[in-house]
Formats: sequence, structure tokens, C-alpha cells
Amino acid sequence: MSKFNVTRRGAIKTTAAAGAGLALPTIFTSSAYAITNNPTGGSVTLGFNVPQTGPYADEGADELRAYELAVEHLNGGGDGGMLNTFSSKVLDGTGIMGKKVEYVTGDTQTKSDAARASAKSMIEKDGAIMITGGSSSGVAIAVQGLCQEAGVIFMAGLTHSNDTTGKDRKANGFRHFFNGYMSGAALAPVLKNLYGDDRKAYHLTADYTWGWTQQESIAAATEALGWETVNNVLTPLASTDFSSYIAPVLNSGADVLVLNHYGGNMVNSLTNAVQFGLREKQVNGKNFEIVVPLFSRLMARGAGENIKGIVGSTNWHWSLQDDGSKAFVKSFGEKYGFPPSQAAHTCYVQTLLYADAVTRAGSFAPCDVAAALEGFEFDGMGNGKTLYRAEDHQCFKDVLVVKGKENPQSEFDLLEVVEVTPAAQVTYPPNHPMFGGDEASLGQCNNGA
Amino acid sequence: MDAILLQILNGLDKGSAYALIALGLTLIFGTLGVVNFAHGALFMLGAFCAVTLQRLLSLSYETIDETKTDFLGNPLKVKTPYVEGWFGPEVGGAIIDWAVPLSVIIAIPIMVGIGYAMERGLIKHFYKRPHADQILVTFGLAIVLQEIVKYFFGANPIQTPPPDALLGVVNIGAAFGLEIAYPIWRMVYFLFSVAIIGGVFSFLQFTTFGMVVRAGMADRETVGLLGIDIDKRFTTMFGLAAAVAGLAGVMYGPINPPNYHMGMDFLVLSFVVVVVGGMGSLPGAVLAGFMLGILESFASTTWATTTIPGINQIIIYLVAIIVLLTRPRGLMGRKGVMED
Amino acid sequence: MLGLNKKDMTLLIVVAILTLLAPFILNPFPVDSGMAQFNAGYPDLMQRFVIFGILAIGFNILFGLTGYLSFGHAAFLGVGSYAAVWMFKLLSYNVVPAILFSVILAGLFSVLIGYVSLRRSGIYFSILTLAFAQMSFALAYSVLSNPKFNLTNGETGLQVYADDPQILHRDGLPDVPHLFGWAMRDNFLELKLGGWEFTFNNGYYLCAAILLVVFYLSIRLFRSPFGLMLRAVKSNQQRLNYTGLNPKPYTLAAFIISGMYAGLAGGLLASMDPLAGAERMQWTASGEIVLMTILGGAGTLIGPVLGAGFIKYFENIFSKINDNVLHQWFSFMPDGMEDFLVFIVHPFVGKGWHLTLGILFMLVVTFLPGGLVEGGQRLGRLVRSRGKKPEDPKDPEHHPKETPHVAE
Repeated sequence: MSKFNVTRRGAIKTTAAAGAGLALPTIFTSSAYAITNNPTGGSVTLGFNVPQTGPYADEGADELRAYELAVEHLNGGGDGGMLNTFSSKVLDGTGIMGKKVEYVTGDTQTKSDAARASAKSMIEKDGAIMITGGSSSGVAIAVQGLCQEAGVIFMAGLTHSNDTTGKDRKANGFRHFFNGYMSGAALAPVLKNLYGDDRKAYHLTADYTWGWTQQESIAAATEALGWETVNNVLTPLASTDFSSYIAPVLNSGADVLVLNHYGGNMVNSLTNAVQFGLREKQVNGKNFEIVVPLFSRLMARGAGENIKGIVGSTNWHWSLQDDGSKAFVKSFGEKYGFPPSQAAHTCYVQTLLYADAVTRAGSFAPCDVAAALEGFEFDGMGNGKTLYRAEDHQCFKDVLVVKGKENPQSEFDLLEVVEVTPAAQVTYPPNHPMFGGDEASLGQCNNGA
Repeated sequence: MDAILLQILNGLDKGSAYALIALGLTLIFGTLGVVNFAHGALFMLGAFCAVTLQRLLSLSYETIDETKTDFLGNPLKVKTPYVEGWFGPEVGGAIIDWAVPLSVIIAIPIMVGIGYAMERGLIKHFYKRPHADQILVTFGLAIVLQEIVKYFFGANPIQTPPPDALLGVVNIGAAFGLEIAYPIWRMVYFLFSVAIIGGVFSFLQFTTFGMVVRAGMADRETVGLLGIDIDKRFTTMFGLAAAVAGLAGVMYGPINPPNYHMGMDFLVLSFVVVVVGGMGSLPGAVLAGFMLGILESFASTTWATTTIPGINQIIIYLVAIIVLLTRPRGLMGRKGVMED
Repeated sequence: MLGLNKKDMTLLIVVAILTLLAPFILNPFPVDSGMAQFNAGYPDLMQRFVIFGILAIGFNILFGLTGYLSFGHAAFLGVGSYAAVWMFKLLSYNVVPAILFSVILAGLFSVLIGYVSLRRSGIYFSILTLAFAQMSFALAYSVLSNPKFNLTNGETGLQVYADDPQILHRDGLPDVPHLFGWAMRDNFLELKLGGWEFTFNNGYYLCAAILLVVFYLSIRLFRSPFGLMLRAVKSNQQRLNYTGLNPKPYTLAAFIISGMYAGLAGGLLASMDPLAGAERMQWTASGEIVLMTILGGAGTLIGPVLGAGFIKYFENIFSKINDNVLHQWFSFMPDGMEDFLVFIVHPFVGKGWHLTLGILFMLVVTFLPGGLVEGGQRLGRLVRSRGKKPEDPKDPEHHPKETPHVAE
């Protein structure tokens, strides 16, 4: 691929100027440059690929806000946000390696096909050197594979499936977000404290890859506590009404319901479960409890009152009091008027981490960037000390266990942090069987053309 | 036994929504001969009538509470709805609490109005056009309506809770010594839809207007030759169909929080329901709606999914195929309707 | 020539020129200009134009000729994609076996579905095909991707892994889909002319060549006695029955051909980008095919291709226009004016591209009953009548007149 200089400022001027250059035809072949889309001009283009239509559009919009904020901070605008708290200090507000950061956006539609088309257009047409974003694991894995083939870096957005950095891990792909295994490992001790070690759990699981890996992780973690898994029922992704799945829970003898659902599925299944009075039930002499392993505040709003008192895990929450989180919440809140979501946080951090890695490596070449990210330890980005593990490109950091707040003070104040599970407790070996075992490999990093 | 009865109830409940949407679709097919892909969007608009009323009722003024802080550390702005300010927290709170049932009253004129506008402004130009063109134009309209709602309300679901008095569960099996705990609002939804279906049928059966419409459905030309302006009545029927879909949507909100694409989720299913019921047959649509709802519920049970994995994913389509292959015109379809 | 009459030959030549020169035609704006946003001449989108064009041509053979509206055509697209990726996994990245297998498998699949569905007509047929496709989608998304029997890899989509057998793979062959060593994703030429850049992609030209072949085949089919028979099915099936002919074999043949076209498109999609996602089979995807065909002009030769291009263009170009881009476009205006214009345009681009598409569907179908093709014809007539006016203003015979419809 030859280079694209995608500055579109002063459109009129350049159009006129471009005509003059017509007289000099030159031919470039793909071997002219060592890496795909190497930025040679005064700017560098990042591709923000988020869901803008479909059920996750609101999360996509929040991710996009975070990206815009990150770009502003990288280019020296605003109050600098987490640049001031980030433990690595090479970023100085002059873009990335002195190149101004520009960006293009696209719509994943939460479909792997459309997401790849959108990412390809960013790489082929707009000359994006890095792709980031997404709000589901299927999309993340599909786009990660594409970036590996095309030879650009992929910084995953919201993706929680073990597979992203498990059996589908890629040398060019990096995930900051936590995963199903970590949710299970973080939740289990808290669940034991709250509900005891003699419980019978009934799982409702979204019938696709993410749902299965999460169910597997949670079941393993809770069974290790002594819980019994009574049943695991798979629900079609397209379900809108879960009444026929909830009703049998009542007579199953279970005293905990685990909802391995996300997004619209989660909102509806939780609403239905509360509707059927599960929360007022007494089973086996204990209060019936509902657990939602992966919480999202944006979606929790859709569930309204039903979320109160329900335990789950989350990657990050705006109420955290460390300097990094406070700085981020402040810049985000002042710009947009409401606190950021966990998706926004991950996307913001991923952008900064990429910029930092490029600067430390002194190169845009994906292999150099990957080397700079591998084994990188940092702090000051929320979640405390964080490690980007070299073996699988997964971030290891503290995981938050949260609970739906009983007396919210505002429309954003929905979750309260019950416990911050330290990173050590959620760490697993890179060849863990849930993560593809010994066969899983990153493969070779790819610099592209 | 309890479990079976419970699944039947679930099925009736799911079926209520299917039946109401399918009923409206069939009214439009039967009277106007139009394939209306925007019908799901009407259902969605109904639900958003409730959301809008809820939002209007909770319009608030802000007072600053110095004792608390918001997420940026500034003093917290406490919102109080105007309604509570005017009527006091008790009455005002109750009004907001009853937003969903109240929306039924405002949804009827709004939905009839939307139906009229749709028919007069757009659909009437497409009576003589091929069905394919009708699909394209109504699909376009559905997208537009959906995107407008998304623009104002966002993509995430919005909680529209039922009134507190109708929250919770009731044991309806108590009289027979059975333990069948069922959410009150779901019972309300079922009864509501039975009432609407009954209302539509008696309207068509027992009023002169209904008689004319039925005659028009059977033979439009002859009725026209009798000097009756059948088109005008059909427009009214379109408004009625829109209102039925809208009401189904209003009351559905408390069951599952509405979002902008809920119409599309129901659209395909309701077409299947209509066709399984038989094109142009109102009783067929209702029957098929309840039947598919119940079958779907039973297919979701552990017993069914362990016997045939994935049966819950495909049951409706499987039944549709079986019905259409054994009964060429669905359960109660008439000959010659939409067969070419 | 080639068994075509003059008019069809001209059409074929025009299509050939357009597809072969697409990298130029679709990139009319210099890369540095504000209008570059509207350039569509990058490999991925050009491939999509052509592949969905093939899909729509195939769909039109069924719908345009026989009037049978299949609402489950995306199933064949999906089956074709899965077949191709499985060939990549088992044999090698060579696209030839992949494409052949995808056509064959889609053909077999359509025999099955067609045989059952064609027992009914009208909307009953549509719902039967819809039901089959939705079942395929649901099963592919979940049940068929369970760890014990992973046929589709579910949500993520089927892809090639390093540990797949690939028994025909040899060292030296590219590790991406290729045609005897000619990698699909590579560009054989990148031309820079002043401010303009043009990309010539291997994969695109393979797709374009196949498009021309299948387009030629579809013209022949439209003009053949078989095509006439299909039209007879559309206009009056009963009459056909009375003449002692059984229309079933003809419609079934059309269904299978059209299914194979969809399978071919699926195979090509996978060959350009080796991933097969289940969403390709969803009813929305089937609906999109229907919309493409109607939008372009059902029953016309070129219409479906235009419709496919139209929809794919909006999906890929309009969705990428964000506020930042808008501000750059209008940056030459005074501040207040700039913000106002951005505010006005904002709901229709970026995340609002669906809205624009919906509005255009309505406008096109309302004002151009024959789809985009009719728009083209009207434009052509307008140009022609203008050109003629000075020469022959008084000739009343040659004014374009509406042809009376026979059925009315």
C-alpha cells in the first residue's frame, strides 16, 4: 500500500493545488514501503471502529466520545486527562512522535462481516495505522484476525470472551478489557462471603461463544467454592422474552440465578426474573439471589430498579478514587456532561497505551509497537498497577465487583463497588485450558506490506 | 402439572403480543391488500408513546442540594418533577407511577392519527403497485421511523415500569391447590389483549360499519358499485390496525423495556404468524399467534432442548414449514389471497 | 456476437468497460480533497460492489423472471461462504476449489429448499424460504458451533487457523487466499497521478471477470426459451398448466440457478476475506438482497447490480462521515453557519446512515416505480429529447409516451 495523506483541512485549497501535480505521473508498487500505512506526512491516522447502529449504538457512541477525548489529549488539547497520571511520561501532547493524531470512524453494526468491511476501508482507503473499538467479542475476534492479516495493530475495545486473548489471540491484537475467567475469579470469593458456600446455581446462558465461555468460567469458579450447578439453559440470542426460561427456575430447587447475558438480553432477562418475583423468594431456607457476572452501567440503566442489590463484575467504574480515574472522569465529565462508561474508559486507555508504545518504540511498525507493549507494566490509568502480558496480550489488573445501588443519588449513580479484587487473584497461566491450552499461540507479528 | 400450566400461561402471554400485531397486519392485508413492513414500527411507536408520556410527566425542575455532590464534585442538582410540585409528592408520584396505563388513553388518538397519515400520505399511492414496491416503501418507512426514535431516545432499552400496585406476582392457582405464581402485569397484558381482540371482532361483526368493511374485504368492487365509499372506510381500518399495534406496544413496555428496534424483532415473527394463520383470516391470525406463543414456550423447556438441541431456536419456523406444507393456505386462509 | 443481439451486446460492453475501469471511475476525487470521503475505489468496497452485484443478478433470475419472491436467499450466500472457508481449512488457500465447492454446495442446498418451498406460491413461498433461512441462521449461530461439532464457529465466524490441515498447501504459496499463487489481497498496480490515487487489486479483477461471465450468462438466460418459459410462469401459471406444461421443473431450475449465483457470491466473499459469519444468513441479509433488486429495478438486467452498488455505497461511505469530517467540509464558512450546517447534516450521516437509506428507499420507489433503471431511462430520454429538439421540434409521433399497461 502506498501512503495516504488524509488531511482534509482546507479542502478547497488542496483541490486547486492538486491539479497542478497532475503532470507528474508516478507509479508506486506495494513493495515501496516496509510497513502498511506508515505515516510519512505530518499526521497519523487511527481507525475507530465502533457500533453506531444496532442495539449497542449507545455504547459505541460513548466509545467514540472517549476516542475523541484521547485524540484531543494526545494532540495537547484539553486538560490532558490521564496523560498527567500515566506512569509512563513519554507522551507530551504533541501527537504521536510529533505527528498530529487524526482519526476516521466506522460502523461495525455489531456484525463481524460489517466490522471487517469497515476496518478494511479504514486500512485500504484512509491509511489507518491502528484499528480499535468494538462492543462485542465476535466482532473483536473477527477484526483482530483482519488486522493480523493486514499488518496493523488492533487495540480491542469492549470484549469479554476468553477467546479474544485465548484460542483466538493474535500477535497484532491487544486487550485491555477483562474477561470471563477474571469475572469468575473475582466474583467467587465475594459470592461466598455474601451468600455462603452451600448454594445451588441455575445458569441462563446466551447461546453463542461469549455466553459459553463466561458460563464455563463462572461455573468453574463457583463450583470450586462448593456451589452446585443445578442446570445450565441456553437461550437464543434473538430472544426478547425470557419468561419461559425464568418460570422453571422457581421449581428447580436452585437458590441462585446466574444470568450470563449481556446488553439487551441482560436487561430483559433480569427484568423478567424480577417480574417473576424471584428476588422475594425463599428457597432452601435462604434468600433467592440473582447474579449478573458482567455488568455495564449503560445497560443497567435500561434495567432500572431491577438492578438494585444485584452483584456482578465490571472492568472499571467512574466512582473509583485513584488519580487516573478521577482525572479521566473530570475531563470526560466536563466535556460531555456525564460520567464515562467502562467501554469509554477502555477505549481511552487503549488509545493512550498505543500512542505511548509507539513513542517508546520510536516506530510505527506493528512489530516494534507490539514489542513495546509486551510485558509493559504501567499505573495511573485506573485499576491500579497493570501488566500487558507478553504471552497472550491480555492486561492483568484489579477487577471490580459491584452491586446495584439501593439508593442512587443520580441517574448515573447505579453501581457501588463492593470489592476490588487484586490482579494476582485473577491471573491465570497463559496456557490455561479455557484459553486454548498449549495449542494457543500468538503467531508471528505482521508489519504488513 | 404446575410447570406445564405455567408454560401455557407464558405461551398465552407471548401469544398475546403476536396475536395483536398479527391482527393488525391481517386487517391491512385483508382490507387494503398491502404488505406492511412498517407494522412492527407501529408497535414500537406505541411503546414509545408510553416512554414519552413517562418522560413528560417526569419533566423536572432542579434545586441544588449543598449537602451532596455529583460525580464531578459539584453540588448535586436534585430533580423534582413538575407534577410532584403541582399536586404534591403523593398525587404527583401516583400520576407518574401510572404513566403506562395512562398512555393507553393518549396512544389511541396518536396511533390512529399516525395510521391515517401513513395511509393517506403514502400507502394509498401504492395500492395498484406490485407487492415488491409496497415492501420497499414500507421497509423504508420502518427504518425512518426507527431512526427518528433512536435519534431522540437512544439505542439502549428504556425502563417503563408498571404501577406499583400491579408489580409483583399473584398465585393464580391457589383456588385449585396449585402453586402457579405469575406476574400481575403479564396477566393484565393477556386480559388486555383478549379485550382488544374481542373489541375488534365485535366491531367488525356487530356494527354496520364493520359489516360494510367485511363485505369490502370479500368483494371490494361490488361494494363500491353499491355506492359505498369503501376507500374511506378502509382508511379508517388502517387507523384501527395502527391503534391495535400501538396499544400492544404501550402495554408491552413493562414486560420488556422498549428499545428502538423492538419493532423489527417482532416484524418477521408476526409475518410468520399471519401466514401460518392464513392470509386474510382474522381468527386465523389470532389462533396462530397464541399457538406459536405456546409452542415457543414449551420448546424453551429443558426437557425440549435436551431432547432436540436448539429446538428453541427454530421452533416457530419449523412449525411454519410443517403447517404450510400440510395446509396450503395456513390454518384458516382464504383461497386466492396473496397467492400470486 | 456471442449470441447476443446488438442492444444486449452494447450493454455487456458498457458493463465490461465500467467494471474494468472501476478503479478510475470510483475514485473521481483527489485523495487530499474534502470530497475524497466519497471515493469508493478501494479494493474492499469495489469487491463488495461486484460480489453483491452477482448476488443480485442471481436473485433477479428467480424474482425478476418468475415473480417468486424468496425471502431466504441469504442462506445460500452463507452456505457458499462456509463451504469456501472449509475448503481453505481442509485443502489450501487456493480459491478455485473453494469457489467451485461453494457453488456446488449452495446448489445442493437450493435443490432441497427449493423443492419444498416451491410447493407453495405467493407469500406462502416467501415465508417458507424465510423460515428455512432463519433456521439456518439460528443453527449456524449457536448449535452448529458447539465445541464438539464446530461447523460454523458461531458468533465469531469461521476462519482459518494455523493448525488446520490445509493438505494441498505448499511452501512458497501465500498464506492468504490466492489464485495459483496470485494473492487476492495484493494490488498489482498502484497508480499515482497528481493528487489522484488508483488501486488495482487482484481480488477485484477476479471478481470482475466472474461478474462479466455470469452477467453474460444471465443475459443469455433472459433471452432464451427457458427465460421465456419463466416469464410465462410469472404472468399466468394457470394458463401454462392448461397448455399441458408443468411449470415446476422450470421454477425449480430457476431457483437452483439463483441459489448457485448466491453461493458463488458467498464463495467470492470468503475468497476476498477468509471469514464466514452467520449474520450473512439472517433475514435482514435476505431482506437486503430483495431491497437491492427492487431498488435497482426487478426484472431488468442491470438494475439489481445498480441497487447492490447503491446500498453498499451508503453502508460503507455514509457511515464513515463523522462530525469531524463535516466540520472540515464546512470550515470555509463563518463559524455560526458552519455549526448550523453540521447540525443539519449530522442526523443523516455517520450513525444516521440508516435514516438516509430509508428516506432514499421511499423516494426512489415512490417517484421511480421501475427503480434506479427507470431513473436512468428517464434521464436518458431527457437528454435525447433535448438533443433532438432543435432538429425535429414538431414531430408529435416521437414524444415519449407512456405505454398502456396490458393488465389494466
